Amino acid sequence: MFGRKRKLDDFSSEIEAHIQLEIERLRAQGLSEEDARATARRSFGNLMQAKERFYESGRWLWCEHLWQDLRYGLRMLRKSPGFTAIAVLTIALGIGATTAIFSVVDAALLHPLPYPQPEQLVSIQDDLPGVGARDAGMSEPEWQDLHRSGIFEYVSPTWFDENNLTGSSQPARVRLLIVAPNYFALLGVKPQLGRAFNPEDHSPGLLLEVLISDGLWKRAFGGDPHILDRSMRLDTDLYRIVGVMPKGFDAPGRTTEERNIEAWIATSFYGPPMSDHPPRSGRNLPTAVARLQPGLTIAAAQSRLDALVAALQKEFPEDYPKQSAWTVRLLPLKERVVGNNRRSLILLLGAVGVVLLIGCVNVANLLLARASARGREMALRQALGAARKRLVSQLLTESVLLSLLGGIAGLAILFCAKGFLLRLLPGSLPRLNEISINSPVLFFALGASVVSGAIFGLVPALQADRLDLTHMLKQVGRGSSGSGEQARTRRVLVVIEFALSLVLMAAAGLLLRSFRDLVNVQLGFTPQNVMTVRTRLPDPNDPKTDTYLTPAQEAPFFRELLRRSRALPKVEEAALGDTASIPLDESLRDLKLISEGQFLFTVERRDIPSGEPAVAERSSVTPEYFHLLKMPLLRGRSFDESDHDTAPQVAVINEAFARTYWPNQNPIGKRFRKAKANSPWITVVGLIANARTESLAEAGVPKIYLDLYQTGGKRLAIFLRGNLDAAAIPNEVREQVQSVDPTLPVSGAQTLDETVSASLAERRFSMEIVALFALTALLLAGLGIYGVISYIVSARTHEIGIRIALGAQRRNILRIVVRQGLALAVAGAAVGLVGALIVSHSMAGLLYGVKPTDPLTFAGVAVLLVVVALFACYVPARRAMRVDPMIALRHE
Amino acid sequence: MSTQETKERLELLQGTLDLLILRTLIFGSQHGQGIARAIQETSEKELLVEHGALYPALQRLEERGWISAKWGISSNNRKARFYLLTAAGRRQLVKETNKWKRLTGAIARILGAQRAS
Repeated sequence: MFGRKRKLDDFSSEIEAHIQLEIERLRAQGLSEEDARATARRSFGNLMQAKERFYESGRWLWCEHLWQDLRYGLRMLRKSPGFTAIAVLTIALGIGATTAIFSVVDAALLHPLPYPQPEQLVSIQDDLPGVGARDAGMSEPEWQDLHRSGIFEYVSPTWFDENNLTGSSQPARVRLLIVAPNYFALLGVKPQLGRAFNPEDHSPGLLLEVLISDGLWKRAFGGDPHILDRSMRLDTDLYRIVGVMPKGFDAPGRTTEERNIEAWIATSFYGPPMSDHPPRSGRNLPTAVARLQPGLTIAAAQSRLDALVAALQKEFPEDYPKQSAWTVRLLPLKERVVGNNRRSLILLLGAVGVVLLIGCVNVANLLLARASARGREMALRQALGAARKRLVSQLLTESVLLSLLGGIAGLAILFCAKGFLLRLLPGSLPRLNEISINSPVLFFALGASVVSGAIFGLVPALQADRLDLTHMLKQVGRGSSGSGEQARTRRVLVVIEFALSLVLMAAAGLLLRSFRDLVNVQLGFTPQNVMTVRTRLPDPNDPKTDTYLTPAQEAPFFRELLRRSRALPKVEEAALGDTASIPLDESLRDLKLISEGQFLFTVERRDIPSGEPAVAERSSVTPEYFHLLKMPLLRGRSFDESDHDTAPQVAVINEAFARTYWPNQNPIGKRFRKAKANSPWITVVGLIANARTESLAEAGVPKIYLDLYQTGGKRLAIFLRGNLDAAAIPNEVREQVQSVDPTLPVSGAQTLDETVSASLAERRFSMEIVALFALTALLLAGLGIYGVISYIVSARTHEIGIRIALGAQRRNILRIVVRQGLALAVAGAAVGLVGALIVSHSMAGLLYGVKPTDPLTFAGVAVLLVVVALFACYVPARRAMRVDPMIALRHE
Repeated sequence: MSTQETKERLELLQGTLDLLILRTLIFGSQHGQGIARAIQETSEKELLVEHGALYPALQRLEERGWISAKWGISSNNRKARFYLLTAAGRRQLVKETNKWKRLTGAIARILGAQRAS
C-alpha cells in the first residue's frame, strides 16, 4: 500500500457508494427519493472539498506543484525576453567563468594523482636548514637506510637528466629520469607494451634497460609495435628498450620538463659509473619518491622517520654535523606536484567567485525591479487563495530556472571556447592535460547555478512574502512604485555590489602594479638583441668512450663553436655558458641538474672555522659572457686566456655574494672551495654588479661565476648578440654545431626577451585574469547602479514633475539624483575598502614592490569606482532633468 | 484570519475522529457510511460526523497502516469499501484511548475543582 497512490476514481466510487447507502437508509426511514438524496448530500458536506483533500494527501503533490511552477516560470520568462536575456547572459558569464576556473582547480588541486592509492605516495625532502639548503638531496647510504626502515613499501631516488638520443636521422635531446628499479612498482603503473624494471634488481651500476614514453615511441620510432628488445643509443651508451609507457602517463613532477619525461633508466645508485661506495654525505641523489607501508599515515611515518634521523645523526656524527641541522621531511606527492600554484589558483577561484556573486546581486536587482511590477499579480493571487508558501516557491522556482538556463548557456560557451581558453593557461601549471569538463565539474556548475539562483531569488521572494495585500491591491492604475522597503533592499544590493567590485579591483590593481614593477625592474643585464640556443655534450657511462671527459677535452669544442658562431651573419658577439647561466630561465629551474645550479661551498675566512658549508647559485661561462650581457665589472678582472684548465681555478662573484661572505672587504683575492674533502681553492678575481638573473623579484641573490674552460660543461647555452634573424638562427646554429660534432642535438632557440617574458608567464596569467574579472565586476556594478537610479527616477517622475512645475532648477534635479547614486557608490566603496584590506593581506605573497595596503592603489580603484558610478547615474539623471512637468503630472 | 481558525478546529476534530473510527472498527469490518452511522448512534446523536471529513481521515489511517481496506458487498447487496482494524491499529487504539482518558480526566478534575472554589 505504501508508496502507491490510490486512484482518484477509486475514491470517487467509494463516496458514490456511501451516498447510495445513505439514501437507502433514509428511504427506509420513509423519506422520498428526492429528500433522501438531498439529505444524504447535505450530511456529506462539501463533496468537492473532500475530493480535493484526498488529492492533496497524495505524496507527489510537490512534484506536481513544481511542474506547475516550472511551466508558469517558463511562460513568465518567455513573456519578458529582454529581462530573460540579460539575466541569463549575466549568469552564463558568471557560471561559465567560475566553472572554467574550477575545472583548472579541480584538475590541479582536487584530483588525486592518477596512481593507485595515491595517498600513500610521498616525496622525500632532505633539508639542511643550518646552512640554508632546502631540498638538498640524499645519498645512496641514506636511501638504503630508508629502504630498510620498514616505513616504506618502496623508496626510489629520482634524478632528472637530459641525454642525447642518437642513431635516428637527427640527434635529439631526451628528457630522462634515472630511477631505482622499483620506481614503477612504487607508482603502481604498468607499461602499455613490454614490462617495467624488475623491482628487486639491486645489481651495481646501470641496468642498461630503458622504458620510453608513448610520445618518444611515436616520434622517434614511428610507433613500431616490434620496438621491444631493440636498442637505443643515449649519450653513446646502448640501452635495450623493455617497455613503452601508456599514453598520458605523467611523471609526478613540479615543472613541465619534469612531467614530460621521455625515457626512464634504472640504477641501484652505486657501482660504475657511480662510486662503488658512495659517501654518506654525498647528497648526489637530488629527489626521491616513496610509497608508505599500507595503513601508515604520513604523520606516523614522519615521526618514525624523525627517530631514524636522530639515530643516524648519533651514529655518524661526522657526516651529520650539528650545525647543518639535517632533517628529512615527507610531503604528500601531490603537494610537490602542485607546489606554488595553489596560491594563485585559489586567488583566481576567489576572484571568479566574487564575479559570480556580483552577477547574482545584479540579477537579484533585476528580479526586484520586476517584482515591483508583479506586485499586484502576487497580491491578487494571494487574495484569490494562493498560499504564501506556494508564491515563494513559485518565485524561487523561477529564479532557479533562470540560473539553470544561465548555467547551461555558460557551459555551452565554455565547451565552445575550451580550446581557446586552454591555450591561455601558462604551460607551467601542473596537470594541464587532466583539465576536462568531467562530472565533478558539471556537478559544480549545476550546484553553482542552483545556489546562485537561490541567492538572487531569495531576496525578491522573501519580499513577496511580506507583501501587504490591501496596500498593494489599493494601488490601482498603472504600475506601482514598489514599497519603500524594496527600494531600500535594492540600494543595499548596489552597495554590496560596489563593495565586492572594489575588493576585486583592489586585488587586480595590486597585481597590476606588481607586474608593472617587475617588468620595469632594473635587470642588471641587457636582454635585447640576445638569443640563446642550447646543445649538449654526451656524458657516457664508460669514461673510455667519453670524448669530452675533461675540461681540456671540451675546450677545443668550445673554441671552435665560438669561432663559428661569431662568423654567423649579423652576429656581433658570442659567448658560451652552461644552461644555469641563461638569465631567468625557468625551464630547468628546480630540477637540480647534476653539476649545475646550487653549489655547496666553504669560504676561507679567519673569523669562522672552516668546514661550515653554505649554498649559492653558480654557473660556468666563457669570458665573453659578461660583456655580451652588458653586466658591468666593478672590480678586478673577467676571465681570460690565462685561466685554462691547468691554471688555478678562478671565479667572478657578484656584489651580493661579496657582501654576504666578505662584508666591507675587498673580495678580490679571497678564496672559497667546494664543500668536499680536498677540493682545490677557487680564487675570486672579479666582482660584478648584481643582476636579476635568478629571479626578477629578487635583486641580490649571491652568485658565483666559474670559467667554463676550467669547469667544463655538458648542457651548453650559446649566447649570440646582434641584429639577429630569430627564424634563421636555430638552423644556422645547428649547422655549425653539427659540423663540429654531428652527434650533438640543438634545441631551445629563444630570444632572451622571450625567456624574461616567459619567467613572468604565471604572474601575467593571474594578473590578466583577475584584471578581466575586475573589469567585469566594474561593468556589472555600473549596470547595477544604473538600474537602481533609473528605477528611482521613474518612481519619482511625478515628484520631480511637481518640483519642476514649482520652479526647481533642472540643475538641482540633476544634483539630487546624482547625489543619491553617489551616496550608494561611496558607501559601497567604503565597505569594499575594508574587505579589500583583508583580502590583500592574504595575497601578500603574490605581490612585488607594493605593500598589500598600498594607498595609491586603493585610492585609485575607489576613485575609478566612483567615477563609473557617476557616469552610470548621469544617464538617468539627465532623464530626470528633462522630465516634462505637464506629462509627469498627467501621469496619475 | 479565518483560514487559521478552521485549521485549528480541524486538527482537534481529526485526532478525535481517528480515535472514534478505530474504536468503531473494533467490532469488525465496516464501510464508511456504516462507520459514520455507528459513531452517530453510539454517541446518542451528540456527535454529528460530517461524512465528507470521514474519508480523508480513513485515507490517512489507511496510509499509516492502522486500518486496511478492500471492496466488498454490504448487507443490502451494495458494493462498498470495507475497513478493517490492523494489529498496529489495535495498538494505536489502546494508546489513544489511554491518552484520551487521561486528558478528559485531567480536564474534568480542573473543571470540578473550579466549581468547588
